[in-house]
Amino acid sequence: MVTAAQNRSWYKRNEIAVTPWLFLLPGIAFFLLYVIIPIFQSFWISFHEWDGLGEKTWVGLANYERLLGGDRKFEVSFWNNVRWLVLYLLAIPLGLFIALFLNQTVRGIRLYKSLFFFPFVISQVVVGLVFTWFYLPNSGLFDVITGWFGIDIRGGVLGNPNTATYGIIAAGLWPQTAYCMILYLTGLNAVDPEQVEAARLDGAKGHKMLWYVIIPQLKPATFIAFVVTIIGALRSFDFIAVMTNGGPFGSTRVLSFYMFEESLSEFGFRMGYGAAIAVVLFFIMLLFITYFLWSMYQDEKGAR
Amino acid sequence: MHSIMKATVASLALGVASTSAFADGHSSLEGTLRIMSDMSNPAPRAAMEQMAADFDALHPNLTVELEIIDREAWKTQIRNALTANPPDVVNWYAATRMTPYVDAGLFMDISDLWAEPEFDALASTKGAMTLDGAQWGVPYTYYQWGVYYRKDIFEELGLEEPATWEEELANCQAILDSGRKCYTIGSKFLWTAGGWFDYINSRTNGYEFHIQLANGEIPWTDQRVRDTFANWQQLIDMGAFIDDHQTYSWQEALPFMIDGEAAAYLMGNFSVSHFRDGGLTDDQLDFYQFPTINPDVAPAEDAPTDTFHIASGAQNVEAAKEFLRYVTSAEVQSEINAGDALGQLPVNANASVADDKFIQQGFEMLSTNATGGIMQFFDRDFPAEMASAGMEGLQEFMVFPENLDDILERLEETRQRVY
Repeated sequence: MVTAAQNRSWYKRNEIAVTPWLFLLPGIAFFLLYVIIPIFQSFWISFHEWDGLGEKTWVGLANYERLLGGDRKFEVSFWNNVRWLVLYLLAIPLGLFIALFLNQTVRGIRLYKSLFFFPFVISQVVVGLVFTWFYLPNSGLFDVITGWFGIDIRGGVLGNPNTATYGIIAAGLWPQTAYCMILYLTGLNAVDPEQVEAARLDGAKGHKMLWYVIIPQLKPATFIAFVVTIIGALRSFDFIAVMTNGGPFGSTRVLSFYMFEESLSEFGFRMGYGAAIAVVLFFIMLLFITYFLWSMYQDEKGAR
Repeated sequence: MHSIMKATVASLALGVASTSAFADGHSSLEGTLRIMSDMSNPAPRAAMEQMAADFDALHPNLTVELEIIDREAWKTQIRNALTANPPDVVNWYAATRMTPYVDAGLFMDISDLWAEPEFDALASTKGAMTLDGAQWGVPYTYYQWGVYYRKDIFEELGLEEPATWEEELANCQAILDSGRKCYTIGSKFLWTAGGWFDYINSRTNGYEFHIQLANGEIPWTDQRVRDTFANWQQLIDMGAFIDDHQTYSWQEALPFMIDGEAAAYLMGNFSVSHFRDGGLTDDQLDFYQFPTINPDVAPAEDAPTDTFHIASGAQNVEAAKEFLRYVTSAEVQSEINAGDALGQLPVNANASVADDKFIQQGFEMLSTNATGGIMQFFDRDFPAEMASAGMEGLQEFMVFPENLDDILERLEETRQRVY
């Protein structure tokens, strides 16, 4: 008996413990190489002054002192990020509304659903371009419509520093609403008809039915919609690059765009400063990531 | 060793003889010459491909490999191209824009090439190719900036090309009274505003002052800088520029002039082909030099120079140097800058200037009436960080001139950090 066990190879003896790690190994290796290690490299670079070509010069915390000690571009970018985060969340109620509206059995509903989903399928760059034309001063449709009400935005929506960011967020909301709608449509399929029936017997209808019966059952969908919307808001780079290129005079920058400008754009290559912005952005994201992970962990615990 | 000797002898011989000596097929150049070019627009691309093919034909034992990269993309890709497996020859720009690559040792010092007698014909551009007392590349083309205007509108209103600022303002008032705008501009991508600043500043305070400002020797809050902006504001307050220009690219601003809603455009000569494509004939389109503001300063002109460089990691240095000699020779210069090729100005004094009224006028202007000096353009004369902050400030000034104090303070803050 003893000899039989010893005759088995080391791998055979530890198969159960080792195999999962073997399967995880490629994933872990690439995650380390392309995600974890670069994060620490960014920390390291952010303590230097570096043009990406020559020698790095150690400057300690100087980049952070400049960044957090009153860099106006940083302040503008930060507050724009906050605007994005708050206003982008509108996609969730909007998506829910459209999903409820489309969750009925009428002839051709599949067609309507796919039409509503359409903006999420086309590329963000195309959405940005279409909205740029929509907002064009004088000839753009939006300007024509506001003209009927006697409203004239100086410089057009995207040319006026007070409206440009909101204009871009509105463009971003279009595809994001479609995304949330799809999440809620699948969520609505999973709503328990017995509970709805029971509630109806108890006399619930209208917004009470929605608030106390339907929405609680949509909680998983809401959570996912919240996660993707927050991530979408922090990834607003594409829209800004296409629609205003950060302008007019830098009023639509967000942190990711500012980071790109400082480190990788035509007039950039201040890698240290760009990395410092990246680190700050990383910590802002970390707040959300921690919340998401904590919340998922709680769910797992509850399920057990 | 033998082949290197041969190559050296051959190149020395070339220093004396003209490039056509190689047409006989006695070339000793061997191997592969790798060129990475940013001449991606249709006409320049054709010129570059022709040039590479001709050079290849001149040297039977040499293979020329040409790779053309999108002009905008190249502005950031050049860094990767020069550091990993560098090609032999690359395109770039003159003056301060060379600094990062010279400092990092990625461009080869080619002062020896400039010491050859042929290069005397390029003397006018030597300054723009010099950093730290050495030359780092050769120019292959340059073009003038100036005011392109609708001749038919000027004739309709009975206006002459303005020579002084007073005439300029009077002209503009007449144009505005006729229901048009004086100037079209698209400042979404910022650099177009840099052209206006270059001209008004150099006309107000002179070339020396402008370059000192570019070199960070003068604070942005200086009274003389304010004078420049005050002159500029005269035009802005009149409403000389088209509305909402911050939402247009420079191409999107073209239709205003082509449709006759604006009378003129301060631009580089590359805009001419766009005007012609837009349907303007040479009878409708004309050019004048930016008017004098301060009669005490000599006029300086924006004339950006595009260049070729040898990467310091080049594998085939002899062939690369030979290619640079070839590109700058009078014959090739005439050919590639001709009206049906680049349609720009040749850098070699012995080359012939294309038979095109705008190229001729530009050549005339730059050779006789640019006594102040030649500027490379705002984003090439100012260091990168100053240029990007500066152009953003200029755009803001054009839209909200009342923010001037705040803008200048911000630029001054940037200046103190950058230099």
